[in-house]
Amino acid sequence: MSDAAAPVSGGAIQAITMPKWGLAMEEGKVSAWMAEEGSAIESGEEILEIETTKITNVFESPVAGTLRRRVVAEGETVPVGALLGVAAGSDTPDAEIEAFIADFQANFVVEAADTAAAPEAEVITVAGRALSHLRMGPEDGAAIVLVHGFGGDLNGWLFNQPVLAETHRVYAMDLPGHGRAEKAVDGLDVAALAALLADYMVAAGTGPAHLVGHSMGGAVALKLALDKPDLVQRLTLLAPAGLGRELNVDYVRGFAEAERRKEIKSLLQQLFADPELVSRDMVNEVQKYKRLDGANAALRTLADTLFPDGHQALVMKDRLESLAMPVQVIWGDEDSIVPPAHAEELPAKVRLQILEKIGHMPQMEAAGEVNRLIADFGD
Amino acid sequence: MAKKSFRQAINEALAMEMRRDPTVILMGEDVAGGMGAAGEDDAWGGPLGVTKGLMPEFGRDRVLDTPISESAFVGAAAGAAATGLRPVAELMFVDFMGVCLDQIFNQAGKFRYMFGGKAVTPMVVRTMYGAGFRAASQHSQCLYPVFTHMPGLKVAIPSSPYEAKGLLIQAIRDDDPVIFFEHKVMYDDEEEVPDEAYTIPFGEANLTREGDDVTIVAIGRMVQFANQVADKLEGEGIGCTVVDPRTTSPLDEDTILECVEDTGRLVIVDEASPRCNIATDISALVSERAFKALKAPIRMVTPPHTPVPFAAELEDLYIPNPDRIEEAVRSVMGAQA
Repeated sequence: MSDAAAPVSGGAIQAITMPKWGLAMEEGKVSAWMAEEGSAIESGEEILEIETTKITNVFESPVAGTLRRRVVAEGETVPVGALLGVAAGSDTPDAEIEAFIADFQANFVVEAADTAAAPEAEVITVAGRALSHLRMGPEDGAAIVLVHGFGGDLNGWLFNQPVLAETHRVYAMDLPGHGRAEKAVDGLDVAALAALLADYMVAAGTGPAHLVGHSMGGAVALKLALDKPDLVQRLTLLAPAGLGRELNVDYVRGFAEAERRKEIKSLLQQLFADPELVSRDMVNEVQKYKRLDGANAALRTLADTLFPDGHQALVMKDRLESLAMPVQVIWGDEDSIVPPAHAEELPAKVRLQILEKIGHMPQMEAAGEVNRLIADFGD
Repeated sequence: MAKKSFRQAINEALAMEMRRDPTVILMGEDVAGGMGAAGEDDAWGGPLGVTKGLMPEFGRDRVLDTPISESAFVGAAAGAAATGLRPVAELMFVDFMGVCLDQIFNQAGKFRYMFGGKAVTPMVVRTMYGAGFRAASQHSQCLYPVFTHMPGLKVAIPSSPYEAKGLLIQAIRDDDPVIFFEHKVMYDDEEEVPDEAYTIPFGEANLTREGDDVTIVAIGRMVQFANQVADKLEGEGIGCTVVDPRTTSPLDEDTILECVEDTGRLVIVDEASPRCNIATDISALVSERAFKALKAPIRMVTPPHTPVPFAAELEDLYIPNPDRIEEAVRSVMGAQA
């Protein structure tokens, strides 16, 4: 095909394939198509609902063009990487589309679940503490560091890290007491956690980074931005602690104590505007974490230190004004853990995004939008 | 986190608890091998290699090869437990319980109750069970219903490597005698098992699948078969909840009853002989406490009431299998097999 005859943008035949959300995902079920065959789709448009054992989420088209074929029907389960649909120009002949599909299917190989190529979390020793982290994305990409909240871990970024890593060098880490990190947390308050996060960034070689903190991790990220602004190029705070006294202390205490499946499930449901999002696997993962020696004790100690008397010990709202780097705050309006009212009367320089009908986990419940807000921020 | 076998998971649980607590000791026939004889130390590591490597690390003082006398060493374990140690005794095959049962149920199981609550008996008896190993009727039985019947004992039956490690660490830390059942054809099963120590509490069932139509309660190895059936039938629109009780004593009655109330149909899969087994026990529980929720008769998938056959063809027919579970699920759904 000569250059002159090359199709216009959106004209090429493009595969839409099953995404890999999180390291453990091997297959997904197409629970609903949100775009019709023959309709124009934009890159970033929500075209599918995909159900995994962990969560159901919307899938945004990675390509623009006309949706020519839905290859996988609603209700079907297929492996990661399998062809879900085909986009092309509206004038591309059917025969070419069919040939493309036949060729794709003939060459498709299911990626083994434990291939060496998949990035894996690693232990990293920081200031004498064994932490855990996962790095993804191109060496020359700008750095993003993701910091989870109370009771979370680096796997909680499963919808964000792989997407952001298409363009950025993205680090997710486990704070002490969480995930695979060691469980000793005595004396760790927000300031000490922020200092440890700074040491982590040096040890991991992140360089100055866009720091993204969720909930308790938001307070830690904000404290680090205040204490060591040279390390923080941009700051994104998701449903952050640290901007007001109040928080749902019943949730925090309940989470630290809960052991049984039902208790954990009903607690996790408080995190989401749509409680249906909490799956059996999500509950199982939390149970597996909480069964580790020292995990519950670490949560209790952290809760005592960070939220004595049922309130946040450190409020930094009046210091936001002093930050020189770009700052954004993202909050779900149905957050029942940290009140979205803490986002009222922020300094004008702070970009505020209130997401409607979203709970305390916008990075999961509104992953696509949060990913865009993070990736585009300040560029 | 690495994939580990059922065998590795058990070995790791034993090693970690022995490092953590110097009162944990192992005893049994050939748990190391070669004691008192010239030749290779740790030659056996247990008949199927489960305890391999523990004697070199912890020494003969903590890994004790015993004579072939279950009544002696199981009794010694009960006494050691009552006087301050945490012994893990290996009863090579549960089929041998007949020669040491008094030590287990009349001694260890009753100390707490007969000594005014002042005695604890933190003893674990690890034991192999189950058919499918071509080992004939004296080495293939599932005698966990017998121990479940006896008050004062706890009974754990792990269904996978992750479950095995967490339940065994819990068993060792538990202050009551625990009979820990290991299915002999599962030792090479693999799954992700954390490197860290963790405990799975007794008396909390695990839901390995969730669906709206049928509850399948399955014990030990049968959980794997139930999962296969649930996955297959999900594709046909039949949703199965699979309940793994993990421990038959204590039994998580609440979870079983709640699941039956949600689905209205119950299939129980038990590899133990059909009379007075866990299936009949759970069937009685549900009949008494959730009868009104039932939309169909309860189905039990079990072997026939006969010793485990030695002929391979007959042994395969004897063991409950996914086809029989699927037939039972379809029957409670109202379909003809």
